[in-house]
Amino acid sequence: MDISVSARDVNLYYGDHHVLKDVSFDMNSRMVTALIGPSGCGKSSFLRCLNRMNDFIKSARVEGDIRIKGKDIYAKETEVIALRRDVGMVFQKPNPFPMSIYDNVAYGPRLHGIKKKEQLDEIVETSIKGAALWDEVKDKLQASGLGLSGGQQQRLCIARAIATKPGVILMDEPTSALDPLATAKIEELIRQIKESFTVIIVTHNMQQAARISDFTAFFLLGDLVEYGVTTEMFTNPKDKRTEDYITGRFG
Amino acid sequence: MKNDKIPAAIIQTISSLGILVMVFILFFLIKEGLPVLSETTLGDLLTGKYWYPTEEPPVFGMLPLLLGSLSVTLASSLLAVPVSLLVAIFVAEVAPDWMHDLMKPVLELLGFLPSIILGFLGMVLIAPKLQETFMLITGLNMFNASILLGIMIIPIVSSLAEEALTSVPRELRDASYALGATRWETIVKVVVPYALPGIQSGALLGIMRGMGETMVVLMAAGGAAILPRSIFDPVRPLTSTIAAEMGETPVGSPHYHALFFAGLLLLVITLIINLISIWVEKRGRLERS
Repeated sequence: MDISVSARDVNLYYGDHHVLKDVSFDMNSRMVTALIGPSGCGKSSFLRCLNRMNDFIKSARVEGDIRIKGKDIYAKETEVIALRRDVGMVFQKPNPFPMSIYDNVAYGPRLHGIKKKEQLDEIVETSIKGAALWDEVKDKLQASGLGLSGGQQQRLCIARAIATKPGVILMDEPTSALDPLATAKIEELIRQIKESFTVIIVTHNMQQAARISDFTAFFLLGDLVEYGVTTEMFTNPKDKRTEDYITGRFG
Repeated sequence: MKNDKIPAAIIQTISSLGILVMVFILFFLIKEGLPVLSETTLGDLLTGKYWYPTEEPPVFGMLPLLLGSLSVTLASSLLAVPVSLLVAIFVAEVAPDWMHDLMKPVLELLGFLPSIILGFLGMVLIAPKLQETFMLITGLNMFNASILLGIMIIPIVSSLAEEALTSVPRELRDASYALGATRWETIVKVVVPYALPGIQSGALLGIMRGMGETMVVLMAAGGAAILPRSIFDPVRPLTSTIAAEMGETPVGSPHYHALFFAGLLLLVITLIINLISIWVEKRGRLERS
């Protein structure tokens, strides 16, 4: 199997607080990897290591080795801008920019120097189609992205994320602010986009992890307790703590 | 609930009393201002080029005063608004935390600077320098007053703009950074556009403050009721006219009523700016929901 993201002995500190402890595992290309665990277990912090969004937290310190397609993303010569172009992110709350639907999706490509109208038109169309939103917005691309419903906004954010054609897409509880119907649509979408992208998704919802992911990593208090094929992990967990968590004994 | 009625009644009484006082001020202003129209016409008042209120017969042309107010305010805004925006961006987005924590209260304090101190600086420091540098008849002129008014409103506008900038949600910045934007690109393309209605309304509030300012223009604008032709001409804005002349005017004379009318005019102008400011902010809020 094709390894997309590999983490080796990753330790993350926020000041004196040891958030991640010796986390090592590989995430595969064109697969959905779910990161699960109770609040404060470090799963979101781990996700934010992968596109270096932790750089904004001054006290944050990352040790260990994280490679995306073989490239050490914390190496001195790595450009954060280029890294984030290749690692898209979708956030907990839908956060479209206060601009038109078109401009939202074209934001990333424009940043990276694409100016030609035909080229942008094409990227916007394929990205919105890729996010299963095209039929709903094709007649109002110039309308504000903020006029859409929550679920549509989140799909717009996914379109925005895939517009820069990243290899990896990080999702930080992308459905936690959505109703069940919108959630189902996003889940369906995740199953579709994994054909072209590596998807790493943090979720609070274990059923969601079971429904959409191929691999699951279970975090607890900064440790990676168990990592494996989702179906196996949910039917036959190796670690007692994993079993307790997925059967709902704590969480 | 029954008990709720008493506090509600008390609050209602006190607040309507407050509003009543404000309405009374407006009524008083109109009552004392309008009689000037028996002396001259509205057209002559607003477009007359000569302000000779103590001549016999008096001439009440407020165009020089009106232009004085508008030109000083406009020039000071042109100076102050761009600077304020840069200051706000620096304090809100660029400065390290300790500097932000230092500059924010300093800005707010500067906003309370008594304007007489600024006027004093204009008279003693700026005026002689201007006179020397540009070989002017007087250093007390529109340019001097505009600089001072600009300095006066920079803290007000930048403080309000800073608040508009810091209230831009964290998630929007994150979204921009996560797409590979630099800090500068994020500020220019996402943060400032999102905060724009707040920045605009802050700028208008600052402009309104400048329009109503009296002491600075009284001390530094030169006080000549002429139609300004250059930025170095002395001017006599509406506010300083009222301040300078009211004390020497017999109560009930046409001049007295004319000065009240000037006050009414100021009120109308600031009211218009205020309404625009409210409209701008409301439109911004609508766009965002």
